[in-house]
Amino acid sequence: MTTIRASLTTTVDPALRNGLAELLRSLADDEFVIGFADSEWTGIAPILEEDVAMSSIAQDELGHARAFYGLLADLTGEDADHLAYDRPPEAFRHCRLLDHARGDWAFTMARRYLYDTADSVRLEALAGSSYASLAELVAKIRREERYHLLHVDAWLRRLATAEGEPRDRLVRSLETLGPDATSVFTPLPDEEALVESGILPTPMAELRDRWLDGLAPVFAELDLPMPPRDADLTRGREDHSDAFRWMYGEFTSVRRLDPEATW
Amino acid sequence: MVSAMAVRTLIDEGTVWAALAEVPDPEIPAVSVVDLGIVHRVAVEPAAIRVEILPTFVGCPAVEMMRSAIADRLAGLASRIEVDLTFAVPWPSDRISPEGRRRLAASGFAPPLPVGDAAAPISLGRAVSCPYCGSRRTVMENTFGPTLCRSIYYCTNCRQPFEQFKAV
Repeated sequence: MTTIRASLTTTVDPALRNGLAELLRSLADDEFVIGFADSEWTGIAPILEEDVAMSSIAQDELGHARAFYGLLADLTGEDADHLAYDRPPEAFRHCRLLDHARGDWAFTMARRYLYDTADSVRLEALAGSSYASLAELVAKIRREERYHLLHVDAWLRRLATAEGEPRDRLVRSLETLGPDATSVFTPLPDEEALVESGILPTPMAELRDRWLDGLAPVFAELDLPMPPRDADLTRGREDHSDAFRWMYGEFTSVRRLDPEATW
Repeated sequence: MVSAMAVRTLIDEGTVWAALAEVPDPEIPAVSVVDLGIVHRVAVEPAAIRVEILPTFVGCPAVEMMRSAIADRLAGLASRIEVDLTFAVPWPSDRISPEGRRRLAASGFAPPLPVGDAAAPISLGRAVSCPYCGSRRTVMENTFGPTLCRSIYYCTNCRQPFEQFKAV
């Protein structure tokens, strides 16, 4: 895997290393799991243009995951490919929102909307991180994510304003996903220390409120069900579903054939 | 005067930049890595030449090819060549040089529209000129394309589909 020359990577206070590693792992696993789920649309999207779009979005997300795993690997001395493919499923720290199976097109767009808008609030905060190599990477990622936001915003509006089945499916999906939506902002272990050091410039609970406040006018305009603010986020990144274990089996299947193979 | 002699044997930085200007982008070979603006820094040291490059997109699969093409081209200019990736500044498409933009258009790619302030939303409403006939009567078919860095357009004047290097 490619070395990234990151600024100041080595200057982390040892007491903050575990907390920082957990933050990087959550970012990497989120992007990796949604990137895999998006890639499942390649060849089966409702129209060809969406085959192209979802494949490209998936490639972006997997690229972001690779870069976050790279930062984590720099910090812990692990190998980025090992982090992505050789951990047991229970070691993944993606949020519960991403634990659902792909579902239909409306479900995919509903989840992408919730995740992309939440991720964008999280990235906006992390662009000011005191951990320079993270802030630099996030600045780059935000420029790419704008295209994802435009894409999913167009789809949300299209489905929400359509009569009948498209809107019904979207609303049902948002109701199913609602209780898990704020799991993107699951408090991190050692979060207090991360906030104090400026590595995480804003507490997750505050980011969650910022996100919901931004979502409210859009969902009111489109008459869509808002996710609850006070969902239980205990183990929001720790317990995984059978749907995720199926995904895990898929995305590790080639690697498991011969873990020592060089490519 | 030993140090002065050592200095004399160093390649000057301009020679390195000139060599880099001969390294083509693997996906759009008419444009060099210098035209693309991905070379962040060149450092010539007694024992090594170090080059830092900025990926156009974080997930760009051509980055490894660029690194090895740069290392191959510079081989022999110093005993060690190091090519590293950096995100020290986010590569914006505004870094593509005027010559790079001209070469993109000559290869059938509409150059990216200026991005300017990164905080501003991407404007999809602005007219993109067709690289074949120059008409501005073009429509965007898809913000996403065959690679991460391309969008797909259609020219209603000369009826050619074409790709635009994405503004990022």
